[in-house]
Amino acid sequence: MSRSAKNIWILAIVVLLAVAPLIFINAEFGGADGAAEEMIQTIAPHYEPWASPLAEVPGETESMLFALQAAIGAGIIGYVIGLFKGKSEKTKQQ
Amino acid sequence: MVKLKRKTAASTALLVIGFTLFLLVNEPQAVYAMHIMEGFLPVGWAIFWWVAFIPFFILGVRAIRKITKEAPELKLMLGLAAAFTFVLSALKIPSVTGSSSHPTGTGLGTVMFGPLPMSVLGSMVLLFQAVLLAHGGLTTLGANAFSMAVAGPAAGYAVYRLLMRSGSKQGLAIFSAAAVADLATYIVTSIQLAVAFPAVEGGIIASFMKFGGIFAITQIPLAVSEGLLTVLIWNWLQSFNTDELSILKRRMKGERV
Repeated sequence: MSRSAKNIWILAIVVLLAVAPLIFINAEFGGADGAAEEMIQTIAPHYEPWASPLAEVPGETESMLFALQAAIGAGIIGYVIGLFKGKSEKTKQQ
Repeated sequence: MVKLKRKTAASTALLVIGFTLFLLVNEPQAVYAMHIMEGFLPVGWAIFWWVAFIPFFILGVRAIRKITKEAPELKLMLGLAAAFTFVLSALKIPSVTGSSSHPTGTGLGTVMFGPLPMSVLGSMVLLFQAVLLAHGGLTTLGANAFSMAVAGPAAGYAVYRLLMRSGSKQGLAIFSAAAVADLATYIVTSIQLAVAFPAVEGGIIASFMKFGGIFAITQIPLAVSEGLLTVLIWNWLQSFNTDELSILKRRMKGERV
């Protein structure tokens, strides 16, 4: 199997793994640590969190910040890969 | 030459499509998805994990300094490893348990540089999420950094070395390392919560089963995804024959920091 054929398969499986639960499982898909928080309250009902986050950002803002996080990372990856591609093409030409 | 170019272009396009699809599918919904929340570890345990984490951070800084001194060309690769962790830990992916969690992205850097530099790169990502996103927290940062930036990479590295030594293919070794680093992170998180909150009946073990049921099982398909994405980006890197990559490969075969 060629490398790009392999890559197609890899991507297909990754997408499938993310989409399949949405289709086959009827649930809220809330965060796992929200569930852990509930579990802590079940196990230790009297536990009081003794610190709180510096800022409680609204859900919408939070989505934006998560997107920003992904964008910054993807931008850097794109830059580095682009740089490597340029370099390798330059050496090939010489 | 033309054929090779087309191949590279095809895999580049594929990666772009992949990330786009990923981000579309993973449109963030309900919040909370990050390890142990602020204030949710008793003071003693919060301090304990900070103390456990700091030596690894110092060793990590030293390891990074050594890498950048011996081979300044690898700074770019370090940036790439950090960026990969940055992207993957922003992806909240729905899982089979009906909740969402995200990969850690520490496997790539672990395979390239060994586990120590990841203690720095991984904790930087966690700091960003704790301060800006209110995910995780500063009091629990020690514990979260220990699970994601120390324990996960250590487990992944052990698996990578073991598989490479036993003559497995590198692709398989990288996949396993990334998946194990991801899964180990959440198993350690479950242990951290279990020792802090032992159940009245059954104690730490019973608690571990409960937290493991939330974190570790959710994480299994995500660990597979992370392993696959790590192999994908490694394949992509390999299609460019750069000096950086050959330096890196020489280092990966030789002894490690």
